[in-house]
Amino acid sequence: MNMLALFAPPNLVDSLLLRFFSAETVNYVVWPFIQIGAVVTGIALWALYATYLERKVSAFMQARLGPMRVGPYGLLQPIADAIKLLTKEDLRPDKADPYIFFFAPFVSVAAAFIVFAVIPFGPDWGVITDINIGLLFVLSVSSVGVLAIILAGWSSNSKYALLGGLRSSAQMISYEVSMGLALVGALMFARTLSLSGIVQAQGLDSMWYILYQPLGFIVFLISGIAENNRAPFDLPEAESELVAGFHTEYSGMRWSLFFMAEYAAMIVVSAIATTMYLGGWYFPGAWRIDLAGHHSLFVLVSLFIFCAKMAILLYVYFWLRWTFPRYRYDQLMDLGWKWMLPAALLNIALSALAIFTVQALDGWHGMSTVESIARGVNLTLTGKIIMIAYGVAGVFIAAGMLSAINWRSRDFNLKKQRRQVRLMSPAQGQPAVAPATVASES
Amino acid sequence: MHQVEIATTKETLLDSPEMVLNMGPQHPSTHGVLRVILKLDGETVMDLDCDIGYLHRGMEKIAENRMYTMIAPYWDRLDYIAAVSNGLVWVETVEQMMGLVVPPRAHYIRTILTELNRIASHLLWLATHALDIGAVTVLLWALREREEILKMFERQFGARLTCHAWRIGGMPNDTYEGFSEDVTQFVDNFPHRLDEYETLLTENRIWLGRTVGIGVISATDAVAIGLTGPALRGSGVAYDLRKARPYAAYADLDFDIPVGENGDTYDRYLVRLEEMRQSRLIIQQALAKMPDGPVNAKVPKIIKPPVGDYYHSIEGPKGELGCYLVSDGSSRPYRVRVRPSCLINLQALRQMCVGHLIADVVAIIGTLDIVLGEIDR
Repeated sequence: MNMLALFAPPNLVDSLLLRFFSAETVNYVVWPFIQIGAVVTGIALWALYATYLERKVSAFMQARLGPMRVGPYGLLQPIADAIKLLTKEDLRPDKADPYIFFFAPFVSVAAAFIVFAVIPFGPDWGVITDINIGLLFVLSVSSVGVLAIILAGWSSNSKYALLGGLRSSAQMISYEVSMGLALVGALMFARTLSLSGIVQAQGLDSMWYILYQPLGFIVFLISGIAENNRAPFDLPEAESELVAGFHTEYSGMRWSLFFMAEYAAMIVVSAIATTMYLGGWYFPGAWRIDLAGHHSLFVLVSLFIFCAKMAILLYVYFWLRWTFPRYRYDQLMDLGWKWMLPAALLNIALSALAIFTVQALDGWHGMSTVESIARGVNLTLTGKIIMIAYGVAGVFIAAGMLSAINWRSRDFNLKKQRRQVRLMSPAQGQPAVAPATVASES
Repeated sequence: MHQVEIATTKETLLDSPEMVLNMGPQHPSTHGVLRVILKLDGETVMDLDCDIGYLHRGMEKIAENRMYTMIAPYWDRLDYIAAVSNGLVWVETVEQMMGLVVPPRAHYIRTILTELNRIASHLLWLATHALDIGAVTVLLWALREREEILKMFERQFGARLTCHAWRIGGMPNDTYEGFSEDVTQFVDNFPHRLDEYETLLTENRIWLGRTVGIGVISATDAVAIGLTGPALRGSGVAYDLRKARPYAAYADLDFDIPVGENGDTYDRYLVRLEEMRQSRLIIQQALAKMPDGPVNAKVPKIIKPPVGDYYHSIEGPKGELGCYLVSDGSSRPYRVRVRPSCLINLQALRQMCVGHLIADVVAIIGTLDIVLGEIDR
């Protein structure tokens, strides 16, 4: 029914619903429920199939085939996995705290899924609710996920789980700082915290903020990957050290809830990155569909565009995971506090300077740079070029500054410390076994 | 062995900032059934102790009750990753005691197959070591090449892992048809594959961060502990039994010994990679020089070495693999003692680990390249 509602012209459904409910109920209760149902189903399915995709992507990188047995090309593998996990015995260690142990996975999943309430998948009915502090809501709710991991690690009453929980709490708290600060630069351009507003601001300026904010995007993406505990930052569940980290003691469906939460959190970070930096649902030329009067089709196309952008970012996740070794705990902290945080702060300063410069240049020697700053910063072509130049320069300035901060640290230039092995040819000693040529009998 | 002091009473447990963590015997990265008892302050290792013996099968005692020819298959189970090298040390020891003269062709075939086994062993080390540090893709890439070697072993010996490769006095049979083509093909493709692994690891920032300066052991300490193999050469000591006391056909072949400088995990990584390249050169030369002729010496039906004792050792993939054999003139050995390279290399673990983090313990266990089958015997 949910899916049907998505594909039927909303007006038709609307008129159908109005027969049974009052107009207010339809607007504020029935439609949101339909949207919530669609989003939760969609995201859960996506999380499920993200595991399949990850296995396939990793397989192709590793000269394997990946799942091939269940269904054509193993397409039903995630469903088989889900059934397996649902029917598995739900083990709880004897000495674990029963309530917290039971509770933690649900916190984890809830924190990951609630965020989707404000993610603008598309215009109009493509978003469940558009609150004016959307971004703050996202940041605050997604940080509840840390709590779930701490609770799980603590309540398991296992040393590995405890270490995993401690690691992840330290890691997520440190990276949340730089993640939040990285977004500030983009907010200066959008001048709103509403996520739909941010997308619209990019649409009005017809510019994706990744071009204004390349530094912010890089910092956000790295911090986001670290925030999700994904490789190369997957220390909390580093299987070679901590067995499985915070979910060592979990099994069956509760384990899979953590798993789902991880993938949902990945989708959240990709969605925020898409919204903030990749222009959300906008794509050059897509508005023509709306102009031609096919509004529902336009929303659907926008949904698809948004999801496609998210999928590209998700692929980056997979790509990194199967390419890089894992950071060590102290190196991770170094990266967070000595690289990401200064870069995020620098990004704020540079963005402010850039906006100030562009505004100051407006009208100087007849130069026109700013169109309006009422709904986000709208720039003329000249303004855009200056802004992009600032953005690109920012990356180099940041690289220089970070090198200046870190050049003394041990890990700064390991490549230079790299030594080649020497090849030596020591003198041959007395043979233990008579050499073959001498030993020939004939 | 050094004993970790463990706080036992409840009060001392609560007061002390230390936590005792049992890593293993069932743990993903202890390479078998090694149990490491770690005393941790936060994540820093204050002290550690190894508990071994979970895979003890009494090999040396079993050998006392078997005839000489029957012992060789047991030897494959010591270091099952490098069964061919293990078999070689046994047959060569008995041959030396008996004074058997092995035909040159057998020596060359032994050299080729042992070096192939060394590559296979190093590939598995690379795979697991990289996996321990978090690079999963290297695992499957390295196993892909190891598979080719194992296929050759299967064709030659009829088994992939525990091959029972040699007989006392030579080989059970000559090489199979197409052996040299298979080896040539592998040897030709191999450098390209090695370069592939290097693109993933050697200059990777994270890899460098995880290995440079980790588990440092100086040349003096390494010699004092008795480290051998790549672990010793990583510290800068150019000692290799293939050069120092050549066996099989190594005396005729030209190769170099890669030597590190700092004795850290990264140096040992580079040394092993370079060793694989050198092994490839050895195989190429041996294949070109391989003479024709018989592959088996004339051996008595029942092997009875003269009364006495003999020690012979070879350069296994993990280090000096020795065999001390005491014979009382009967058809069964009086006493057999294996010098296990892994056990002695493992002694360096505590010195290498203390002061590092848990993550480094995993990396250091990986870099020592231990096989529990050989440690516990």
